[in-house]
Amino acid sequence: MLEYIIAKYNYWIYIFLLMIGFYAMMAKNNLMKKLVGMNIFQWAIIFYFVSIGAKKGGTVPIISGVHGHHGAEHLVVHAVDYINPLPHVLMLTAIVVGLATTGIALALLIVIYRRYGTLEEDEILEELKK
Amino acid sequence: MVKRHEDVIIQTVCRCLIPYMQIYSLYVLVHGHGSPGGGFQGGCIFAASFVLLAIVYDLREAKRRFSEKTNGVFCALGVFIYTAIGWLCLLLGGNFLDYGKLSKIFPTDPVMARYYGMAGIETGVQITVMAIMVSIFLNLATKGKHEEVLEE
Amino acid sequence: MIKKIVSIVIAIFATSALLVGLEDLPKWADPKQPASIHVSPGYIEKSLEETGVPNIVTAVLADYRGYDTMFETAVIFTAGIAVIMLLRRSKNGKKA
Repeated sequence: MLEYIIAKYNYWIYIFLLMIGFYAMMAKNNLMKKLVGMNIFQWAIIFYFVSIGAKKGGTVPIISGVHGHHGAEHLVVHAVDYINPLPHVLMLTAIVVGLATTGIALALLIVIYRRYGTLEEDEILEELKK
Repeated sequence: MVKRHEDVIIQTVCRCLIPYMQIYSLYVLVHGHGSPGGGFQGGCIFAASFVLLAIVYDLREAKRRFSEKTNGVFCALGVFIYTAIGWLCLLLGGNFLDYGKLSKIFPTDPVMARYYGMAGIETGVQITVMAIMVSIFLNLATKGKHEEVLEE
Repeated sequence: MIKKIVSIVIAIFATSALLVGLEDLPKWADPKQPASIHVSPGYIEKSLEETGVPNIVTAVLADYRGYDTMFETAVIFTAGIAVIMLLRRSKNGKKA
């Protein structure tokens, strides 16, 4: 039970952040707060993926002391010394997609405010029912 | 940022700071091969310099330095550079984005041709990211109505 | 009020569903976890002699996965165009 909590405490943090974001998306009334909840949700997933790439005793995935191809003939690279670079690569793309989504969502909020005059969800639903 | 608020200290400091931010963004772009960095990171820093200009000075200053027509051209130019390098590799007999075949026209061996091909595409990514981030910021800050804001 | 109570119940239910799966996940920074033994040693060992770039993350992002980065740039471009299309309208209501 103890190793469940101590050896894997990073997953507890990410699940906590996930649930904060999920609750904010469902329960809050203001559309801007829902957007912030979606952002928190997305960053929790990015942190989870990046933490998968960690490796005990490994260093940053940049091979030092080499410039270009010509210094590399005598260098043997062991995969044990370097952390996993693949989650970092995938999350670079994910962060940029998150930026694009947030930008478009904010533009949509401006259009909604211009049309309905409010950003509260229940008032907008009442306007729609009329 | 719509009406100018004259403050000597902030304006002087930012006037010194903005060229250094732009040079730093180019440094991050070029050193993407040897240290953390690359196209996306450098593009964000370059865009941050224009955002700083819009915050400290008027919005008119930011639009004078980087007009909307130039913005539109830069947005498309980055994607075009990326795809053009891919097409060039296709024309030279390899697969799409197979930078090793670029050694037929550049005087390097195939391994270093991949190095230089990567540098080229990161430049394209930086240009697009910079232009799009400035464009999104200006549109969101003025609610789309650039002309009404400039009339004040 | 009822919305907040239902939201908390659903969130706690989802949390417990995730915590049940927690025992299958590998330990943090384990060298033998499945993510680090199948594909990534190949990338780490061969990236310097095949591309000549010391930074493995840039080599994978721009060379081995160049297609993904190209469509990534197209995604950013589309997002910028979408914001322009949503917000830029002239005074008469026609699109600028």
